[in-house]
Amino acid sequence: MSGPNNEYDPVEVAPLQPEEIESATQAALTAIAAATDLEQLKQARLDHAGDRSALALANREIGALPPQARKEAGQRVGRARGEVNKALAARQSVLEAEHEARMLIEETVDLTLPTDRLPVGARHPLTTGSELIADIFVAMGWEVAEGPVIEAEWLNFDALNLGPDHPARTMQDTFWTDPSDNHVVLRTHTSPVQARTMLTREAPIYVVCPGRVFRTDEYDATHSPMFHQVEGLAIDEGISMAHLKGTLDTFAAQMFGAGITTRFRPSYFPFTEPSAEVDLTCFVCRGTGLKDNGADPCRTCKGEGWIEWGGCGIVNPRVLRACGVDPERYSGFAFGMGIDRTLMFRHGLEDLRTLFEGDIRFTTAFGSDL
Amino acid sequence: MKAPVSWIKEYVDLPAEVTTEALTDRLTALGLKLEAIESAGAGIEGPLVIGRVLTMDPEPQKNGKTINWCTVDVGDANGTGEPQGIVCGAHNFAPGDLVVVVLPGGVLPGGFAISARKTYGHLSAGMICSARELGLGEDHDGIIVLPADAGEPGTPAFDLLGLGEEVIEFEINPDRAYALSLRGIAREAALGFDLSYHDPAQRDVPLPNDAGHPVRLEDAEGCPVFVARTVRGVDPTAPTPEWMSRRLQQAGVRSISLAVDVTNYVMLELGQPIHAYDRARLQGPIVVRRARAGEKLTTLDDVVRVLDPEDLLITDESGPIGLAGVMGGATTEVSESTTDIVVEAAHFQPTSIFRTQRRHKLPSEASKRFERGVDPLLPPIAADRVVELLVELGGGTAEDGVTVAGEFPRPWQVSMPVDLPAELSGIEIDQETTVRSLTAIGAQVSVADGMVTAIVPTYRPDLSDPHDLVEEVVRIVGYDRVPSVLPRRATGHGLTRSQRLRRRVGRTLAGAGCVEVVSFPFVGAGDFDALGLPDDDRLRSTVRLANPLSSEQPAYTTTLLPGLLQAAARNVGRGAVGVSLFETGTVAFPSGEAAPIYGVDRRPTEAELRKLLDALPHQPLHLAVVLAGERERAGWWGEGRQAGWAEAIDLVRRLGAELGVQVETANSARMPWHPGRCAVVSVAGVELGHAGELHPRVCQAYGLPPRAAAFELDLDLLLEQTPAVTEGPVFSTLPVAKEDVALLVDAEVTVAAVEAALREGAGDLLESVRLFDVYTGQQVGEGKKSLAFALRFRAADRTLTEADTGAARDAAVARAAELTGAVQR
Ligand SMILES: [Zn+2]
Repeated sequence: MSGPNNEYDPVEVAPLQPEEIESATQAALTAIAAATDLEQLKQARLDHAGDRSALALANREIGALPPQARKEAGQRVGRARGEVNKALAARQSVLEAEHEARMLIEETVDLTLPTDRLPVGARHPLTTGSELIADIFVAMGWEVAEGPVIEAEWLNFDALNLGPDHPARTMQDTFWTDPSDNHVVLRTHTSPVQARTMLTREAPIYVVCPGRVFRTDEYDATHSPMFHQVEGLAIDEGISMAHLKGTLDTFAAQMFGAGITTRFRPSYFPFTEPSAEVDLTCFVCRGTGLKDNGADPCRTCKGEGWIEWGGCGIVNPRVLRACGVDPERYSGFAFGMGIDRTLMFRHGLEDLRTLFEGDIRFTTAFGSDL
Repeated sequence: MKAPVSWIKEYVDLPAEVTTEALTDRLTALGLKLEAIESAGAGIEGPLVIGRVLTMDPEPQKNGKTINWCTVDVGDANGTGEPQGIVCGAHNFAPGDLVVVVLPGGVLPGGFAISARKTYGHLSAGMICSARELGLGEDHDGIIVLPADAGEPGTPAFDLLGLGEEVIEFEINPDRAYALSLRGIAREAALGFDLSYHDPAQRDVPLPNDAGHPVRLEDAEGCPVFVARTVRGVDPTAPTPEWMSRRLQQAGVRSISLAVDVTNYVMLELGQPIHAYDRARLQGPIVVRRARAGEKLTTLDDVVRVLDPEDLLITDESGPIGLAGVMGGATTEVSESTTDIVVEAAHFQPTSIFRTQRRHKLPSEASKRFERGVDPLLPPIAADRVVELLVELGGGTAEDGVTVAGEFPRPWQVSMPVDLPAELSGIEIDQETTVRSLTAIGAQVSVADGMVTAIVPTYRPDLSDPHDLVEEVVRIVGYDRVPSVLPRRATGHGLTRSQRLRRRVGRTLAGAGCVEVVSFPFVGAGDFDALGLPDDDRLRSTVRLANPLSSEQPAYTTTLLPGLLQAAARNVGRGAVGVSLFETGTVAFPSGEAAPIYGVDRRPTEAELRKLLDALPHQPLHLAVVLAGERERAGWWGEGRQAGWAEAIDLVRRLGAELGVQVETANSARMPWHPGRCAVVSVAGVELGHAGELHPRVCQAYGLPPRAAAFELDLDLLLEQTPAVTEGPVFSTLPVAKEDVALLVDAEVTVAAVEAALREGAGDLLESVRLFDVYTGQQVGEGKKSLAFALRFRAADRTLTEADTGAARDAAVARAAELTGAVQR
C-alpha cells in the first residue's frame, strides 16, 4: 500500500514507467519459464512476485503518483502482476504434475514382496462341513438339534429298538463309562439326539443332528475311535420313503452338485423298518464308473459308479412308541451318514487321521468355509 | 457268507445268460449285499495238467533239506510224451500218485511264471503244485495228491480242481439269518429271477420213536426242540470226498474229518447248525439244562470255561458236554477213532445263545445263526441229511431210533392294512402285488376287511411287525421304484441363537489368525501331570471309561488344553515357527449317578425322563486357544512378535467385543498358567475361565517355545452372558477435547483400578480413557510406576471449553488420588 504522495520524491516513481514494468514482467516470465522444479519456481515466485519483487515495489509507488496518473499506472502494474501470477500458476501446475509423476514412479515397490505379518487362521473342515450340511437342511425348513456326547444307555440303545440282547449291539463297539452298570456310554451314533427330540417336541418334527460319536475302533487310515455323523429325522403325517428319497436327493445335489443323486438298497437297522442303504452317484466320475480316459475304472467308486453313503429308512413304530409319538397318526423317516467319510471323498482325503492331527497346513488349506 | 455259484445253481435253475454279476446285482437289490466275487485260482494260466509220478529219488542236500528228483508222466501235454523231470521239495506222495503239474510257460497266481531251470543239479521242467501255490487255500503243507480215478496224465486240471469257479461273498444283515445258508441264498435268487426253486430242506424224514438216544429237555424255553440220530460203524479213516472239501474250502471252512465236514456242510446247505458226538464217549442220556453255579466245561478249543447259571448246556451223566448252540465240549468230541456218532440238531432261543456267546467271547458259526434265528422246523431234516451223508460217505449204518424231544414252535401270523406298503413306500402298490410278494417269500396270505394277514414261513423268524411285511413287499417291488418327493410341511425357525453365536466365535478366532483343531477327548493322569495340576485339582475328577482304548488315557477330558497343547507341539515339531490354534469341544464332569433303564413299550414320564437326564455328567462346551512362538512374523518389515500373555488376553477381549459383552480380567494363579501372568476371565461377575502365559514348566513338558500363552473358557456360560438385543448407541458429533495425564502409583495398583477411578471422577463429559504408556525405573523410584492415560471428553449439546475439560480432568485425577493414591506427575 502506498503512502501519501507528498512523502515521495517524484523521481523515485521511475519504476512505474512502462519500460520498467515491461522489463520486470519479461524478467519474471523468463525466470518462471526457466524454473525446472518446484523449488526453483518457489524462488522465482519470491524474486518476481514476492514482497520485494520489482512489480511489488512498483505497485507500492502508485500512491505517489498524482491522482490523474494513478489509474493508468495502476492498470499497467495490475496487468503485469496478473500476467506473472498466471504464469506462476500455470508453471506450478505443470511442475506439480511432473513432480507427482516422478514421485509415483520413484515410489514404485516390488509388489511380490511377502506381506504375511499376521498368520492366516482357518476353521476345521469338520466344523464348516457340518455347517454346510446344517445350512442345506435349514434352507429346506429343518432345524438343527443337538445333544450330549456322553449319553444314557437307554437313549443310545433301548429307545432306538436296540434292546440289551439285540445282536446289532455287538455291531457297535461301545465305550462304556465306569462303572458300566451306571448305564452311561459315549454315544455310538447321533440317533439319541433323535430320541431326545421326539421326547421333548411335538410332531411335526424335521431335525438334522450333526455331531461327534465314538466307537472302540483302533485308529488307522480309515477308522477312528471318534468320528462325526449327521442324522436326520422327519416325523409327520403321511411320511413315506418317497419323502426320504426326495430329501436325500436334494441333500446330495446341494452337497455335491447338480446331477448327483441317491439310490436305495434294502438293509437292516433296528431304528428303521423298512431300512435301506443309501448310495450316492460317484461325483468324481459322475456315475460312469470310469476315469477321464474312459477306460480305467474310477478310483473313488472302484468302477461302481456309486459310493456307499449311509443308512436310512422308515422309523420303526417301536421307536415312535418309546419316544412318545403316536405311531397310528404319525410316520417318519430317518437317515444317517458319516461326515468325516463324506468329506474324505468330497475332498479326496486319503487318511482319516489328517482330520485329527491338528496340522495347520491341513486345516488352512480349507480356509473358513467349504 | 461265501456261496459258490455252482452250489447256488444246484437249487435254482439260473439261465446261462444270467452272469454272476447280474446275479449279485439282483441279490443286492433284494438285500443280500455283495461283498466280493472271488474266482478260485484267479491268475493261473495254462498248461496245468494231471501228472503221474513215475520215479522219485530223494537227494539230501548240504542245507539239511532233502529234495525229490522226480520223473512225471504228463501224457502229451509237454509235446513229446516223454516223462518230465521235476525237482520237488514235498514228501507227501509216492510213485504212482496222480499230481497236478504246471509245465514251463504256465503262470501261477501272483504272476509267478514257470520255466525250465537248473536247480539242485537238475534241469527242473515245471512244478508239482500244492493247494497254496494254486491259491486254493493255506492248509496243506504238501502237494495235491489227486484221487486215483482223477483222470489220465496230461488231462487239463482246471475243472478238476474247481479253478475258475466263482464264489460270491455276501454281507448278510442280522435280520436275514436264513441267507446264512445256500438254501436261503438260492431262495432269494429264485425270487429275484422269478424262477422255481428246489428246496434242499424238502425231504421225507423218519417219524420219531423211542428207540433213539435218550434226550431230556429241562428248559423248554431255551431249547424247544432237540433231535438226536445215531449212525454206527462210520469208517474213521474215510476221506472227505473232493467235491465236499472243495465246497467247504470255497465257503471258507477248513476241512477236518469226514464227520465234522459233514456237519459243517449241512449247516452251510440248510442253515441249521449241527453237532456230532462220539457215541462211545457219551455217558447216559443227553440232558439240556442251565448251568449250575461253579460248573466248568472244557470247550473244543481246549479252554476251560467257568459257566454262568444262565448258560444253556448240553450235559450227560458226566456233566456238561457242550455250550448249547455255541460250542461243543472236548470230552465227547469226534476223534480219529470215532465210529459211532450221535447227531444233534436242535433249536435254541436266540437271546440265550447271544448272551452265552457274548459272556464267553465265543462267537461261532453256530451261534451266529442261532442268535439271529434259525428255521425251527429244520432240526429233523438237517439231522436226516447228516445221517444220509455219513452213511453214504463214511460207510456207516443209520440206527432206527429217531429222538425228537420237545415241541416245534407254532406258526405265527402278522396283519397289516392293505395299503400300508403303498403309504410307507410312496410307490403305487396294489393289493394284488402285496399278496403276490408275500406269497413269493412263502407266506400264506389272506385278505379281509382291508387287512392283509400273512402266516409267516418258519424260515423268517424276523417277520413280526407290519413294517417287516412292508419291507418284504417293497424290496420285491424294488427300492429303485421309490419316487423322489420333498416333504411339504417342514417349517423350521433356522439356527438357534447359540448355534449362530458359535459360528461367530469360530470366525472371529480364524479371522484373528487362529487355526481350528479337532482332538480326541481322552486323557489320563499323565496329561494332568504335564499341566502341573495339583493332586486335588477339580479337573482331575473325570468321567472314566470302563473300556478305554489306552490305559494311559482312560478318561473323558475335563479340559481341552492337553489335546491343544499336543497339537501345537506337533506343529512346532514339524517346523512351524508360530502356531495359533483353537478348539471348541465338550468336556465332562462326573455326576456320579447311574442312569436308569426303562422299558420301551411307552414313553417315560416327565419325572422319569428328568431323572435320566440329570444322571448324566455335566458336559459344558469349552473353547480354548494356544498361541506359541511367533504370533506375528518377522520379515522385511522388521521384527516379528512372540506370543505372550497379552495376545491371549487380547483374543479373549476381542471375542467379548464380537459377542457384545465386556470382558473383565483380574490377576489369578492357576496351573497350567504362569502364577504372575494368569488372569481369571469373567463377564458380568460370572467366571468363565483363565487366560495368560503358560507356566515355563508346562511349555517345557509339551516341548513348546517359552512364553506360549493359552486360554480356556466355558463357552456355554459365555454365550449365556451375551445380550439378546444390543441397544443402539447414542453419540455426539461435536468436537472432541483431549487431555493426557501421567499418574504415579504404587506398583501393585492395577491399571483397571486407576482407570475406574478416573472414569468415576471425570463424570459424564468423559468419552473414553486409554492407557498409552507405563513407565517404571529410576525416575519414578522403586515400588512405583507411572501410568499415562489419554482422556477424551465430549458433550452431547455443546463444544467444550478449556475450563470444562480442565475441571473434568482435575476431578478425575483427584478421584484417582483418593482411591488409588495416584499422584499426578
Ligand atoms: Zn467314480
